[in-house]
Amino acid sequence: MITTFRRLSLTVLAGTAALALAAMPGSAQDHPDKVKIGYAVSKTGANAGGAAMTTIPNYKLWLSDLEAKGGLEMPDGTKIPVELIEYDDRSSAEEVVRAVERLAGQDEAHFILPPWGTGFNLAVAPLFDRYGYPQLAVSAVTDKAPDFVKRWPKSFWFLGGGHDYTNALATLLADQVKEGVINSKVAMISVADGFGIDLVTAARPSFKEAGLDVVMDQTYPVGTQDFTTILNEAKASGADTFVAFSYPPGTFALTQQAQVNSFNPKVLYLGVGVGFPPYGANLGEKAEGIMTLGGIDPANESNKAYRERHNEVNGQYPDLWGSVITYASLQMLEEAIKRVGLDREAVSKELSTGTFETVLGETSLQDNQLRDLWLVGQWQNGTLAGVAPADRKGASKVKLPKQPW
Amino acid sequence: MMVAFSFTALAAIFAALAAAPFFLGTYGIGFLLGLVGYVTLASAWALFSGPTRYVSLATVAFFGIGAYTVAVLYETLPSWLVLVVAALIGLVVALLVGLSTLRLAGVYFVIFTFGLAELIRQLVTWYEVNITGTLGRYLFVDYGPEVVYWKLLALCAVTLAIGYFIKRSRWGLALKMIGDDEVVAEHCGLPTARVKLALFAASSVIITLVGAIQAPRWTYIEPTIVFNPTISFLTLIMALLGGAGRLWGPVVGAVPLFLLFEWLSANFPDHYSIILGLLFIAIVFVLPNGVLGFFEDHWNRLRARRSAGSNEPSQDKEVG
Repeated sequence: MITTFRRLSLTVLAGTAALALAAMPGSAQDHPDKVKIGYAVSKTGANAGGAAMTTIPNYKLWLSDLEAKGGLEMPDGTKIPVELIEYDDRSSAEEVVRAVERLAGQDEAHFILPPWGTGFNLAVAPLFDRYGYPQLAVSAVTDKAPDFVKRWPKSFWFLGGGHDYTNALATLLADQVKEGVINSKVAMISVADGFGIDLVTAARPSFKEAGLDVVMDQTYPVGTQDFTTILNEAKASGADTFVAFSYPPGTFALTQQAQVNSFNPKVLYLGVGVGFPPYGANLGEKAEGIMTLGGIDPANESNKAYRERHNEVNGQYPDLWGSVITYASLQMLEEAIKRVGLDREAVSKELSTGTFETVLGETSLQDNQLRDLWLVGQWQNGTLAGVAPADRKGASKVKLPKQPW
Repeated sequence: MMVAFSFTALAAIFAALAAAPFFLGTYGIGFLLGLVGYVTLASAWALFSGPTRYVSLATVAFFGIGAYTVAVLYETLPSWLVLVVAALIGLVVALLVGLSTLRLAGVYFVIFTFGLAELIRQLVTWYEVNITGTLGRYLFVDYGPEVVYWKLLALCAVTLAIGYFIKRSRWGLALKMIGDDEVVAEHCGLPTARVKLALFAASSVIITLVGAIQAPRWTYIEPTIVFNPTISFLTLIMALLGGAGRLWGPVVGAVPLFLLFEWLSANFPDHYSIILGLLFIAIVFVLPNGVLGFFEDHWNRLRARRSAGSNEPSQDKEVG
């Protein structure tokens, strides 16, 4: 027994040594007959859930679309097949940095798709900049995007900042107060995580400016499952509006416990998770009227087609906030390459100045940022319809008050 | 003669490593940076945990403290002073923690150190949420990865030197005794608590500095990023693989494991976690004394067999 163990351990050792040798940097050959597209994204670890919802399925969909088309089209009309290089950053900042270094320096990828999350997009931004890669950062909500564009001129920011979302919500609520639908009191909670804190910090001034009266402002730790006390307090506060800048497990728990406690605010606004397709599917009729960030134009046919194809390729429908924008950003990249070729400098310039036909409709960037966004969405007739900004083409009219459970 | 030769060889290796950035691309530098970072972490961890056999999972607590200190102070102080402040904060926390916990033994200490990392993470989160109102901090520096690498390499050399001198001093003997039997050590008049505390502090300060030096790599600092418990586990397993009781053990463990991780994540991004888990189990079962211990045992047994059982192997067993 002992000798077997020993032999086994020798084998393990020998294996480790062999692997160690194999891990030595090899020579990377350039294949002019292939376009190398690389990405490092969190397949495992704390960020895996978000990446698996918003980022990875859309990368997969785009790559399968490209394969069906025969590759990326160049300005002269030739199509070059794509070679995919993917790494798992294991939700570690050091890993994502090194993976992008590997993609740029070792694999010599022609283009690199960004990782998931605000923090990780920022972690790799200096690298994208140093190597001259355009960075189409979608899953990053940040108010500092204009500063980042100055610092890294080839960075593009697609999801807006906290203030965009809270200003839109505040405007919508103030209108409803004016029309006498709701009172001006707001009960607000937020998860003590990057997302919750950014949004609640933005919401405080937004609500104040809009003349709303925040009667409850609480933060709860990540992982909270029991919201009974919080909901009771919100109920007792007399506020018609309940806003929770929550994250997926919390969002689902809040929804369920609001029903159990017959908590029926006239405005129910919850955070990330409301836009996940199973949310609407599971709640059915009860989802009607619930509001959140994001949304879509229900009448947009190309978006509808995109959602069906997403389901075909990935076996799940996309979420109703970041997914469609992720896909649109990839379409922009594809179109920009078609217009100017593989020169990254030229592609960045085209992304920055060009106008593109995407699943979002006609899309162009302002100061390297996508500003045409659905900032407030509401479940209406089984889909998450974009209701703010109200003057945007395709906006649905907000329906308030929300009916009791 | 032998010692002089070893020192010359070592100096040559470090000189070669220091010169490496001039010949490597960014990926190569980043790779070496990660490698030296983990070698330093594992060596610093083993400095305390090797001889005393106290298994600490607090690595990431100090690592995160270092990173956060830099994120908070990098704009107001020169970078060398930031490192000094980080080291001081690490020292104070280590002393506080050490004073209150080093009398704990065995599994209680493990649990406490694991909890400590979480506690500090929650404290930082609470502070950022309630006082500063933002959770992420931006960290923009104007130097590249090679500077980070050189700093780490210097720290790595210092760590190994400290390990070397401790081994050769009365401290080393005292530690060995504590590791073998703390009660006996105490009865022999060893100030066990003080010795452990000093070593814990030294180890923690080095770990804090690793965090402080590496932080500029990430541009954006957030509690979930810098207090990632994986760092504690990887450090531990690297030190164990090599053999935590030996000066070169952590190096011998960290280098192949780091290479393996790199190779796995490049070639098997989908199976990384499974392979990693199996590997951890294998290390604990097959190499409980670490690679160096394993070879030493074999070597000794071989020698014993050759001298036809006339001599007992003189080398005593070490910790794992």
